[in-house]
Amino acid sequence: MDRKYIGPLLFAAGMASTLCCDFLHALDPYVAQIIMYIGINIIMTASLNLVNGYMGEFSVGHAAFMAVGAYVASFFSVSILPHGPWSAVFFPLCLLAGGAAAALVGFLIAVPAFKARDDYLAIITLALIMITKSVFENLPWFGGPQGYSGIQKYTNLSWVFVCATATVVVVRNLVNSNFGRGIIAVRDDEVAANLVSVNTKYVKVLAFVVSAFFAGVGGGLFAHLIQFINPRTFSIIKSTDFLLMLYLGGSGTLAGPILGAAIWTILLELLRFLGIWRFVVAPVALIILMIYRPLGIMGGKEIKWFRPHPPFPSPPGEGERIKQ
Amino acid sequence: MKRNFLFAISSLLAIANIVFLFSCDKSDSIKIGLNAELTGSVPVVGKSCVNAATMAVAEINAHGGIALADKTVQVKLLVEDNEDKAESAAAVSQKFVSGGVLAMIGPNASRNAVPAAVVAESNRLLMISPWATNPKLTENKKYIFRACFTDDFQGNVVAAFVYKKLGLRRAAVLFDVASEYNKGIAMVFKNSFVKAGGAIAAFESYSTGDKDFTAQLSKIKASGADALFLPNYYNEVPLQIQQARRTGFTGPIVGSDSWGSEEILKLGKDLMDGLYFTTHYAADMATAGAKKFIADYQARYGSKPDDVAALTYDSFGLLFESIQKTQSRDPEKVRAQLSSLSKFPGVTGTMEFTPGSGSPIKSAVVIRIKNNAFTYFDSINPL
Amino acid sequence: MFIQQALNSLQLGSIYALIALGYTMVYGVLRLINFAHGDVFMVGSYAALFLAVSLHCPLLIILPLTFIAIGALGVVIERLAYRPLRNAPRVSAVITALAVGLFLETIMLATVGPEPKKFPALIITTVYSFGSFTTTNLQIMIITVSIVLMMAVDLFVAKTRTGMAMRALSWDKTYAPLLGINVDRIVSVTFALGAGLASIAGIFVGLAYPVIDPYMGIMVGWKAFVSAVIGGIGSIKGAVIGGFLLGAVEILSAAFLPSTFKDMIVFGLLLIILLFKPQGFFGLPVQKKV
Repeated sequence: MDRKYIGPLLFAAGMASTLCCDFLHALDPYVAQIIMYIGINIIMTASLNLVNGYMGEFSVGHAAFMAVGAYVASFFSVSILPHGPWSAVFFPLCLLAGGAAAALVGFLIAVPAFKARDDYLAIITLALIMITKSVFENLPWFGGPQGYSGIQKYTNLSWVFVCATATVVVVRNLVNSNFGRGIIAVRDDEVAANLVSVNTKYVKVLAFVVSAFFAGVGGGLFAHLIQFINPRTFSIIKSTDFLLMLYLGGSGTLAGPILGAAIWTILLELLRFLGIWRFVVAPVALIILMIYRPLGIMGGKEIKWFRPHPPFPSPPGEGERIKQ
Repeated sequence: MKRNFLFAISSLLAIANIVFLFSCDKSDSIKIGLNAELTGSVPVVGKSCVNAATMAVAEINAHGGIALADKTVQVKLLVEDNEDKAESAAAVSQKFVSGGVLAMIGPNASRNAVPAAVVAESNRLLMISPWATNPKLTENKKYIFRACFTDDFQGNVVAAFVYKKLGLRRAAVLFDVASEYNKGIAMVFKNSFVKAGGAIAAFESYSTGDKDFTAQLSKIKASGADALFLPNYYNEVPLQIQQARRTGFTGPIVGSDSWGSEEILKLGKDLMDGLYFTTHYAADMATAGAKKFIADYQARYGSKPDDVAALTYDSFGLLFESIQKTQSRDPEKVRAQLSSLSKFPGVTGTMEFTPGSGSPIKSAVVIRIKNNAFTYFDSINPL
Repeated sequence: MFIQQALNSLQLGSIYALIALGYTMVYGVLRLINFAHGDVFMVGSYAALFLAVSLHCPLLIILPLTFIAIGALGVVIERLAYRPLRNAPRVSAVITALAVGLFLETIMLATVGPEPKKFPALIITTVYSFGSFTTTNLQIMIITVSIVLMMAVDLFVAKTRTGMAMRALSWDKTYAPLLGINVDRIVSVTFALGAGLASIAGIFVGLAYPVIDPYMGIMVGWKAFVSAVIGGIGSIKGAVIGGFLLGAVEILSAAFLPSTFKDMIVFGLLLIILLFKPQGFFGLPVQKKV
């Protein structure tokens, strides 16, 4: 079969199965919930991959974008849009609103990112998380520290599947385009990139905005899944979770975030019987993995199917080794 | 590389299948889920809850089980840790829904109970929270109940106590702005105290996890307040009291039911002497039934039960009573029975439910800390 | 009132500075942000608790013993988790650091239990009142001992041979070994020193805020990291200044502004500082070869 049909076919198959599960209740709700969590984590990790993996930055602020998306999407669905049995139709609008708001915040963060790199960017994004948390705690319209409740459960397997696929596809297309080469150029050597007329400012802004947009959508899905959000949920620890998933799977590849998100989520769920010891076993396993495979599971190589037709550039991490 | 990828996908699917299999249930007992804070910032609460729950279930099973119309069935307790996180509490709630439990007991902290209740309500799962006092928990809900009083009631009780019994007119509050329970009761206290004629000299806040309150407490000292209200959890209060005393604040310090664990005596020691707090029951003025509960708990676990344990025991008592009265395991019937249960003699006092409200009508007690122990001081009945 | 808050800031700042020193020294030598450092601080606190409660050691014995024990822990962590990754991409080491931190938290949680523990009062606190402000002997002790330690570290790095080696490594990782510097040994010393200082901070926190729990390292660790970066990561003076600055901003903003906005103000201010001084106050200008 011609390679270009595989994608759409798989997508159709996926849609069919998720629609079945949703409307025929074919799947146990607990398992369905886990799969939805995995999907949301994939969205978050794939979008983080754009900034941390392909652009080589070190942003720890992803939870802030998720928070903004979650709150704005919930605000739209609870307070602004009308209620009724058909209001699930407005759900994509709420998600888009959440994504847009998060993208705006992404734009604001991109500006300091022009000058700061690496550890300084980490601080800036950490500050972003703290400030976002504080803002949501103090603003009365968003429920304050009590959190926002009364959110309807609009998230279902189909929506998560659609959004996750959209995220991966957009990231893939962006990375394989001219912009993508610009992004990777910034990662490898920003000064050189400037010299070959890559508009680094534009590239950075775009990367942050797209990354934040999808993180916002993920946040909206998350809010409409657990039906209750409060500022505590979106702490530095949540950002750390996404970082772990990203680097576990292998940053700078498309399959990496998917694998990382899936494996980490499932592993933690499965190890529940260990109780508290799962947080000992899981990190140790991660450390061992890092020692023997520092680039994550994917090891910096992209799986053949995700690679574009002409063979494409360097795996991540090589630039790092040459640097002092 | 392709082989590795396929291998990864197929193992993921296999794992998913196994998880699915494990979630099917196979026996005939009545399953009750316990959604407890075993890890996180208030693990003592979770531990008391589990202890009391295990004891309640063991007791009824020792008597043969619950008597239904046609037979007597054993009770099975399923315990899950909600990690003191809102989304985990909701996830556990969902897990219990899928697991086919008759009812869910817990969570205890309001910040976890409210999200779990949202999931329970939309899935028509009967839920009883032993310890969550925030009014929002049972608002507009049919399936959600609690075994304790609400903060609306408690805030008024504390304000009345400070105003009338202690006779003080200028109160200050230091509360955790990032936590549902603390902020809620602080607001009720403020409104109630002002309505009674007092003044709020200072209304300071901090964020969960802070350890240094000297800035806020210096402000409180400078405001000339003569009473300090600390509606915060047992792991933070001793630090706050110590720092308050160091600024030179000598007035009485009052707390709410979040002080109720004996851990606070271990962490605070002499600092706690002579202070008051409102809570659900007092071990030293118990009824006969309560005395038996305390003795049994002490014999089984080697320590006195705190209010969380007593309320959990009562939650189970309420549930078992409702099941036995309807003689059925149909959740709808049990729920209907529970919502009109009257004069239930609980360990924490007599409780009565009125249809339409998930919160029971019951009294509060004021405890005074003396000689490193909780002693009963006063009871306040609902109007 | 202002003097009162200034004293409070000095106390909090000293603690942040001690921990920030560990971050900055490790970064200088390895270019690695040791995210497990905050949890090392927490383990130090528990170690001191154990010594005080189970072995009834007095404070004067606890201080050096904990320093040595936790210093050893730092060396072990480096040996097991970071050394194999010395030539790997930086992010792998960072993830490993995060994992180590999580591991330490959970190990403490599983062994000592999740209940917060009371840190014994190892010195009798006497309160000194000076009119509008009060201070305790504990506060004075913390501030003075911290400053003494910081000066000692500064002297160590500036004047001793090992210190010189540390500085050499931080300037050039490739060529320093060619001059006879034993990289492994210097790195171990750096970790030991950093961890030891963090453990002293842990003891001080236990004394000043006597309720400790396994998760207390997280926030304190991140705040100390922020201090190190504000001061200019890699610079010892920077870490100290950054620590005191953060302590001051935190206490003063809670004192003179509505306390609900504290976090927002602290981090907003930090952002502004970074906007104007992206390398931190004493940051070493980074030269990039193109």
